[in-house]
This record gives sequence, C-alpha cells and structure tokens, in this order.
Amino acid sequence: MGEPLLEMRSATVDYRTAGGLVPAVRGVDLRIDAGQTLGLAGESGCGKSTLAMSVLRLLPRNAVVGGEILLGGENVTEMGWGRLRAVRWAEASVVFQGAMHALNPVQRVGEQIAEPIRVHGKGPVERRVGELLEQVGLPARRARAYPHELSGGQRQRVMIAMALACSPGLIIADEPTTALDVMVQAQVLALLSKLVDELDIGLLMISHDLSVLASTCQRLAVMYAGRIVEQGRSAEVLRQPAHPYTKALAAAFPTIGDPASRLAPRGLAGDPPDPAQLPAGCPFHPRCPSAMAECSVTDVLLRPAGEDRVSACLLEVEP
Amino acid sequence: MTLLRADDVTVHFGAARAVDGVELDIRAGEIIALVGESGCGKTTLARTLLGLQTPTSGQVLYEGEPLPSGIRGLREYRRHAQLVLQDPTGALNPRHSVYEAVAEGLRIHRVPGDERELVASALSRAGLRPPDRFFGRMPHELSGGQRQRVVIAGALALDPSVLIADEPVASLDASVRGEILALLLRLRDELGLAALVVTHDLGLAWNIADRVAVMYLGRIVESGPVEQVLTAPRHPYTQALLSVLPESETPATVLAGETPDPSRVPAGCRFHPRCPLLAAGLPVEVATRCRTVDLPIVDGAAAGVACHAVSVASSAK
Repeated sequence: MGEPLLEMRSATVDYRTAGGLVPAVRGVDLRIDAGQTLGLAGESGCGKSTLAMSVLRLLPRNAVVGGEILLGGENVTEMGWGRLRAVRWAEASVVFQGAMHALNPVQRVGEQIAEPIRVHGKGPVERRVGELLEQVGLPARRARAYPHELSGGQRQRVMIAMALACSPGLIIADEPTTALDVMVQAQVLALLSKLVDELDIGLLMISHDLSVLASTCQRLAVMYAGRIVEQGRSAEVLRQPAHPYTKALAAAFPTIGDPASRLAPRGLAGDPPDPAQLPAGCPFHPRCPSAMAECSVTDVLLRPAGEDRVSACLLEVEP
Repeated sequence: MTLLRADDVTVHFGAARAVDGVELDIRAGEIIALVGESGCGKTTLARTLLGLQTPTSGQVLYEGEPLPSGIRGLREYRRHAQLVLQDPTGALNPRHSVYEAVAEGLRIHRVPGDERELVASALSRAGLRPPDRFFGRMPHELSGGQRQRVVIAGALALDPSVLIADEPVASLDASVRGEILALLLRLRDELGLAALVVTHDLGLAWNIADRVAVMYLGRIVESGPVEQVLTAPRHPYTQALLSVLPESETPATVLAGETPDPSRVPAGCRFHPRCPLLAAGLPVEVATRCRTVDLPIVDGAAAGVACHAVSVASSAK
C-alpha cells in the first residue's frame, strides 16, 4: 500500500455569507485507497456535495476550506492554480449529476471528451476518444453526436468517458444516476462497478439513496449536518445501522416484500437543520426517536461501534 | 364503487401513440400506483384522467358519467379530482403566502363557507399545525416537505374525492419522503380519499398502494394487488424492473436500451424486442405470436397480465 488516493484530515468547509460564516463541512476524516469504493450518503444540505467538490476545489468563491485534503499525498488546499489544473482530470475527475446541464449543448460529445486529453497533452486524441466511448458501452461513431441526440443514459455514459479520459486514479461521482430511470440507473451503476474493477481506480460516490450506494460501494459513510455520523462496510451499515439517522435513512427506502414496510411508509419528523443555526449537542437530537437528555448538551464525535464501524451516537450498541 | 375510469383510452400526438389503449378503474378510497419508466405514457394518462388532455379515442368516466367537455363543466370536475405535482417549489407562486396558495382554489371554485376556516382546516389535515402559524409564511421560508404539504392542503381545501399525484415525493429528501407518503395513506384512511400515484418508484407502491399498474410504451402490461404483482410478478417487464432494484435478491435482468419510441411501437407484443424470455428462447409457436400478434388490453378492474408466454403457461395448467 502506498499513499492513499485520497485522505481527509479534519476537513472543514465554511461559506462566507452576509450573516457570517456558515459551516457546511465540520471536520471530516476519510480515506480511499486504489481500488476502493466509498459511498457518501446524506440529504440535501448535509454537506456531502460540498465535501466531494472540495477535493478538486470546485467550490464557489465564498468557500473557506480548512484541515487537510490530501490527493495522492499532496495537500489540495495548498496547491497553486497551475498545479490544481494539472491534477484535475489527471489524478481525480468528477462525474456530475444531470448530464444534460453538465455537457455543452452546441459541441459534439467527442470534442468534449477530447478537451481534457488535449489540455493534458496525452497522445493521439481521436483514437483515445473512440476507445473511451467503447469502454463506456457506446459505439465510437457516437463521438459525432450532440448531447441532445443522446438519451439520458447515453449522456451519463459520455460524462463517465470524460471522467476516464486522462486515466485518473480517483473518480468522484455526484448523484450519477439521480435523474435516470431504474433500468438505465442499473445500466450506469453496472458500468461504473465494472470500470472501477477493471481499471483499479478509487471511487467516491455521492447519493441520497443508501441502497444504491450499498450496491456499488464497499464502504458507506453517512453524513448529517456537515459531519460523518456513521461509517462501515456497506452491507452491514445498511442491514444493521448503528446510528438512529442511518436507521431512518435505510427505512425510508423500503425493501419490497418486507411486511414491516407494507402500507407503513417510514420517515422522520422535522427537517434537516439549517447549517447556519445548528442545534446544540448532537445536531440530530431534535429529530431523533431515541434522544436522551445528554444528547442536547453533548457534542458527539465518532466512536467505535463494532468491528470496522464507527458511529457518532451516545446509545450503546448491542454487540 | 368505481370513481374514475379510463375506458379504452388512447392519446396520440401525431405518430406517437403515448397512450395506446388503457383500461383503468380507480375505486373510492383506493390508492393505485401507476409505474413505468419515463416516456411510457403514465403522465399523459394522468393528465387525461384529469381532463387536461382530450383522449384521441375512448373516454374517461367520473362516477359513471363521461367527463364534461366544456370549460365550466371541467372546472367543476376538477374540484373532485385534484392534481399534486412533483416539484412543490414550482407548483407554488413564490410571491403568494401559504394562506393565498390554499385559498386560491376556494376562490376559483367559489366554495361557500368561511374562507379562513376552510384554509385552516385544509392546512391541519395536511399536517401543518397549528394552521394559523403558517398563514403568513412564504414558500421560501418553508422546507421542501412543508411546501409539498401546502400543495396537498390546496388540493384538500376543495374536498376532492380523488388525488392524482405525479411523483409526489421524487424531489423530496429521503427522511421527508416517508412523512408525505404517510400523509397520503392517512387521508385515504380518514377521509376515504382515493389516489392515483404516478411514479417510477416501486418502493413507493409497496409503501402505500393497494393496487399497482405497470405501464410500458402506452399500455398497461400488468396490474393487480400490490402484494401479488410486486412479490410474484408475472410479466417479464415487471420481473426485470424488480430485479434491478439494488436490494433485490434475484439476479438483475438489465434490459438493454431505454424505453423505445412511442412513434414506432413494435408489431406483436410491444415489449418483444427487449423481452428476456423471448431472447432466452420460447417455443416457436409462442415466439411467433410474440412477434406478430398484439395482446388484448388488460382489464382495468381485475388483476391481469399482457404476455403471450404467460397466457400459454397458465392455459396449459
């Protein structure tokens, strides 16, 4: 094992606003090695996209990044613009959600895939574009198509081809299947898994859907109010969540055939907290079905919760 | 009692056969999930049931009577059948307060009675309590879940007998989703409110629906009670949809391609070019029927499946 592909140590991101600093990411530690896949789950506003975009500093100008974000051992927060440009695409790349908006509508997709290859001066462009398209399951001649001539699933494949263009070690996929139909979602997830396997790359995948993440990633991290509140092996986190928030998230998407969820949709009362006005103590306590008196005063950090599992909850975990 | 009925409805847009022969009954107090992929015609069918789209042939019946055709008649009808859209942020006017949003329908329909009381009662039925605390709030001051509750309150104010909800939770956060679904279920139990929920989410059907109808390329290919269709699916398309769910235990049958073009509906069974059963090999006789013989329309009230292979298998028993 060499350097981890990605390592975060106490990473924080705050947004400067008229009302002062608003914390979006409040101290996150995580690590991804080559060939590893990590799913990052959470609801809108929990900081998961901010965290993912901080890896390549693809954040709005008012974002202030703290802590260490190490890409191949090098601190991203200290890179100059030139170095950052060299690292984007070549060491880590992003598959954005909503391929319709992420692609340029008036440029052929082949040209768009070629762009990062040219910027990084990597060999004969046209042949490489063809190879990439075939790698994501599209015929090489589709390079001549415009985005509107492709279906949603095909556009997402083009996005993945772009992300692979400069053979990065790490791919960050931000809700890569959110707008897609179930069947197309299954196709795209199968493709991502196959590529990660074949190319031995690391994957950081972000979604609000725990079951989608668990089917694609080896490990799961669940975020709430800017922090990871639970992390562990995917199947175990999904089946036996330790943190009450993970439990609620897992129950929100029912397993078909499970009598417990039949005619019994389960959710959580209340809404995710406003990052500018986080509750004291555990930020989840106002919505937590198992909250105790201490929860409103104790700031709970991650602690061991079984083998290869951490959870930020005061509740004792059954062994 | 059948409240709302699609009777052999087709909706064609030029060459595109968006809805191509659908029978569907919605009974009082029943929740039906209409599931299918984008482009299968489910939203067009929902719009037709609301009288927002005129069928090319066939008709929609409400309490046994064909929908009125005039503007005034349709307006009256829409008090009974209310629409709830996917994106509550788009459905609400950002400059109207919660009170205005809910009162608007009451004013359009000139509903008699005390407006404040009606608005308050609708808000509290939608779970926004105490209602007067929400009167003056603007949409941007509310969370996504609260906005969807305001939209639902606007529908409830008119005391409808059926809600037609198009992906009502698709744009909401996971933890909020369950709360809105629970609300639909409670409205059914307490007020006997029927609902047709249009969705691509089979888990939603499992959570709240009594019956499910699976739509493919303009037709319902399988329908029946939720337990039956979702735990023992008979149509190969339904089987494939269930098999690709992340938590599914059966090996995934990933169909290649996307929902085909409704302006080029294949001959024979419309699913045959993507059918895994046909690809795996069927007796020649059956396979020929799949490629050449169109299937009868699935009954709108009973359980049914439109598949040659299934009909052969069940008649052989």
